[in-house]
Amino acid sequence: MSEHNYQPKSKFGKWFNDRLPLLTLANHLTDYPTPKNLNYWWTFGGILTFCLITQIITGLVLAMHYIAHADLAFSSVEHIMRDVNYGWLIRYIHANGASMFFLAVYIHIFRSLFYGSYKSPREIIWILGILIYLLMMAAAFMGYVLPWGQMSFWGATVITNLFSAIPLVGESITTWLWGGYSVDNPTLTRFFTLHYLIPFLILGLVVLHIWALHVPGNNNPIGIDIKKPSKDTVSFHPYIVIKDLFALLLFLILFAFFVFYSPNVLGHADNYIEANPLVTPAHIVPEWYLLPFYAILRSIPDKLMGVIAMLSAILILAALPWLDTSKVRSAVFRPLYKQFYWILVLDVLILGYVGAMPAEGLYLLVARIGTAYYFAHFLIILPILGKIEKTTPLPMSITEPILGGSLNVEPARNNENTQKL
Amino acid sequence: MSDQKKVNRRDFIYTASTVVGVVGVGAAAWPLIDQMNPDASVKALATTEVDVTSVKPGQSITVLWRGKPVFIKRRTENEISEAKSVSLTELKHPEKDEDRASNPEWLVMLGVCTHLGCVPLADKGDYKGWFCPCHGSHYDTSGRIRKGPAPTNLEIPKYEFVNSNTIKIG
Repeated sequence: MSEHNYQPKSKFGKWFNDRLPLLTLANHLTDYPTPKNLNYWWTFGGILTFCLITQIITGLVLAMHYIAHADLAFSSVEHIMRDVNYGWLIRYIHANGASMFFLAVYIHIFRSLFYGSYKSPREIIWILGILIYLLMMAAAFMGYVLPWGQMSFWGATVITNLFSAIPLVGESITTWLWGGYSVDNPTLTRFFTLHYLIPFLILGLVVLHIWALHVPGNNNPIGIDIKKPSKDTVSFHPYIVIKDLFALLLFLILFAFFVFYSPNVLGHADNYIEANPLVTPAHIVPEWYLLPFYAILRSIPDKLMGVIAMLSAILILAALPWLDTSKVRSAVFRPLYKQFYWILVLDVLILGYVGAMPAEGLYLLVARIGTAYYFAHFLIILPILGKIEKTTPLPMSITEPILGGSLNVEPARNNENTQKL
Repeated sequence: MSDQKKVNRRDFIYTASTVVGVVGVGAAAWPLIDQMNPDASVKALATTEVDVTSVKPGQSITVLWRGKPVFIKRRTENEISEAKSVSLTELKHPEKDEDRASNPEWLVMLGVCTHLGCVPLADKGDYKGWFCPCHGSHYDTSGRIRKGPAPTNLEIPKYEFVNSNTIKIG
């Protein structure tokens, strides 16, 4: 990075900055050189930051009215919906906000998969992202338990029972998680505490995620290394800020549609029935964003192996930078990878669909094929593809394909050489 | 590291203080971990007595014990003979019916699917016993797993007949 010799103009600014270089940080963030060809798929980082802040603010307000007790939780949520001023709005923003958060994070993840943003030198950014994603799932799961409806209770029962699959100590761990012999009041109070804590852990990881991003700088749609700052970059402010804000505006239209016109369409009617430990709902289905993993869990006819498969499906992503052996980042120059990428997208969507269906007959068969393909994509296809695929030539710089000149020959050449190895 | 290097007092103090530190941190962490285990008030609710006078053959009742449902099923002759006639080799988790129901007329077991803890539905599934709607486990008339992802039979809690009409669970 180049701008660390920044000097504030005012005398006070100088005095302050010498003692705590906040203005240097602000200057770094505004002047931060960004590839000029970033497309709208790159706006989801900003959208995700917005989602996190929204969840924290609405969650803080909800916690002022919610009561974490097995006898009172359900009615306190109805109290929020009916009595608290704008309680309905705040709760619907929070509940649908979780879905919007996951929608954005899936687009963000699949953008990385398409443009190879997880590859060297950005592995740490990617792994921090996976950790954030895991914490998001934990927060979403525990948040879903808090209203203490039927889906809350039975979702909590099923997920905590996953730990009982661990040999020898599984039962003790499950009892420890519950604080009893079943999901009950002690479980609810600890889930509330953790649900409150996790967003701040995520916030901390987001800071690290952005910090790690600012070391090599953004990847870009053609995936080549660029010189920064140069003719290939623009400053973050105002160019990227305005673009991000415009994308956020479009995203908010969708968000508002759910909040105001179909606030319950992403939830389950069963969760408006208070938790009853004697009756399991006919179909226990997790929230939509967990369905692909749920399908993987159910596709394996063995308890322990099912749990291992489900966890591996997430953790395998952390190994992705080393499983993908291709030196070319962007799928734009990888004709075969591009096709497998879209098959993977389709595979995950199909897994999501069968995850919502009963685990029998044709659905089960499809789930098994989908699961096998998911793992094959990462463990077989990607390692081999990197070795055999003939990639198309990379441009020298971002501007080269348009202007013809080679403004930044040096870094791009390196990229091309490695590709031929 | 070279082998010739002598262990001096400083190395010893370094290792010893690290060990003491680790033990101290562990001892301080344990109360923070153990507080999440079932507390005294939860443990105090560990037994339940149930009057089963009104249960007729073929009927079953569900009672709550330690926050979990317990099925008390009064089995019919057909159900008993069906449970007894199964050969152990056909079972995923082989258990004789006699070992699961000391009094063959009464089957007392946890109504908690051994897969992921849902409550199975009675008189459903391929083996006319119980069927778990969550992930499709089928149990027979002895509560033994016959088909589906559940690893073991429905668990039999500790129970005894206090008199001919009362069962004490726990």
